[in-house]
Amino acid sequence: MQELFNIFVKSIFIDNMIFAYFLGMCSYLAVSKTVKTSMGLGIAVIFVLFVTVPINYIINKYLLQEGALTWISANLADVDLSFLSFITFIAVIAAFTQLVEMVVEKFSPPLYNSLGIFLPLIAVNCAIMGASLFMQERDYQSVAEATAFGLGSGLGWLLAIVGIAAIREKIRYSNIPAPLRGLGITFIITGLMGIAFMSFLGIKL
Amino acid sequence: MSELKTKEPLFSAKNLKLIKNPLGKDNPITVQVLGICSALAVTAKLQPAIVMALSVIVVVALSNVIVSLLRNTIPPRIRIIVQLVIVSLMVILVDQVLKAFVYDVSKQLSVFIGLIITNCIVMGRLEAFAMANRPWESFLDGIGNGIGYGLILVIVAFFRELFGSGTLFGHQVIPEKFYEWGYVNNGFFILPPMALILVGIIIWVQRSRNKELQEK
Repeated sequence: MQELFNIFVKSIFIDNMIFAYFLGMCSYLAVSKTVKTSMGLGIAVIFVLFVTVPINYIINKYLLQEGALTWISANLADVDLSFLSFITFIAVIAAFTQLVEMVVEKFSPPLYNSLGIFLPLIAVNCAIMGASLFMQERDYQSVAEATAFGLGSGLGWLLAIVGIAAIREKIRYSNIPAPLRGLGITFIITGLMGIAFMSFLGIKL
Repeated sequence: MSELKTKEPLFSAKNLKLIKNPLGKDNPITVQVLGICSALAVTAKLQPAIVMALSVIVVVALSNVIVSLLRNTIPPRIRIIVQLVIVSLMVILVDQVLKAFVYDVSKQLSVFIGLIITNCIVMGRLEAFAMANRPWESFLDGIGNGIGYGLILVIVAFFRELFGSGTLFGHQVIPEKFYEWGYVNNGFFILPPMALILVGIIIWVQRSRNKELQEK
């Protein structure tokens, strides 16, 4: 249990998707103009990560890894399908976002209207694919650990995008040098936020 | 169509523009804001940055050509997934080649090669250009955008490696003497946030020289 909690906290603060790995920067920059919309996108990202990371974990563990196919037959022990992982992961993610979009549209039209445009964007959000690839690289021990990692990464991403959106709402009233306005200053603020987040590196887990 | 093709030379002024524009006023990173995800994480050293840039050039150019060839047969409703499949095939090829020939660099780049699939540059160019243009133009557009992306990567990596570790391509550049006189490497340049700040500064320089790009 403690191990799970460690992975969870670590993926939110220390290995933050945005500040430590710059994943999901495209939608982070494009959608962070108001707090409300960025909150919506953040929640959608958490949800998709929470489901796709464990699914990909199971696929990786029982189908793709070297020796993963032994549960079918002992002869398959040295089959290594891990080169297929990119295409499988992206297929799972794309299929899942499509599914979520359809389900949300059917059962909760108000939520669909507020999230609608972001859902298809999620399929190409690097944070989602990145989480699955990190999960594969870091070799988590169980489905629970992979889930904790997915949930934590999503929360960290939400924190980052809501934070920058709140700052951008306020910064509209500041007098920034013209060439820096918009994109430039957002980059620099993100850098500064990243430095603030680095203070969490001191936590030993 | 074929008549038009024979009239137009392969490297006409219009086609050259496809390569030149993304280097400056239409740069994928600083102007179109595409593909920042992987751009920053691999720039602590020059060598991985260059390998990454080359991989992206190859992937964008090839998948642009393939999608452009298929553009009239892909049903619009499922085009995203078709594009993703094509791109991931290209990325798998690149990944296998890197693993075979430059294994160390491929280890350093870790997940970021895989992330070319979701790199917004690739999807962005496929959607915006290859779906509506002929293969040769799409190929040039892919090359141009890949180089524009690589250019920023190399600039950022150059400064980060020079000031962060005092080396370029792993060779020491700043003379020993300087260290004896009290020069210290700025470890801050190695850390991730510095990449963001450097890109911010590049945008600043570019936009103060080119007033059209400034936002209100």
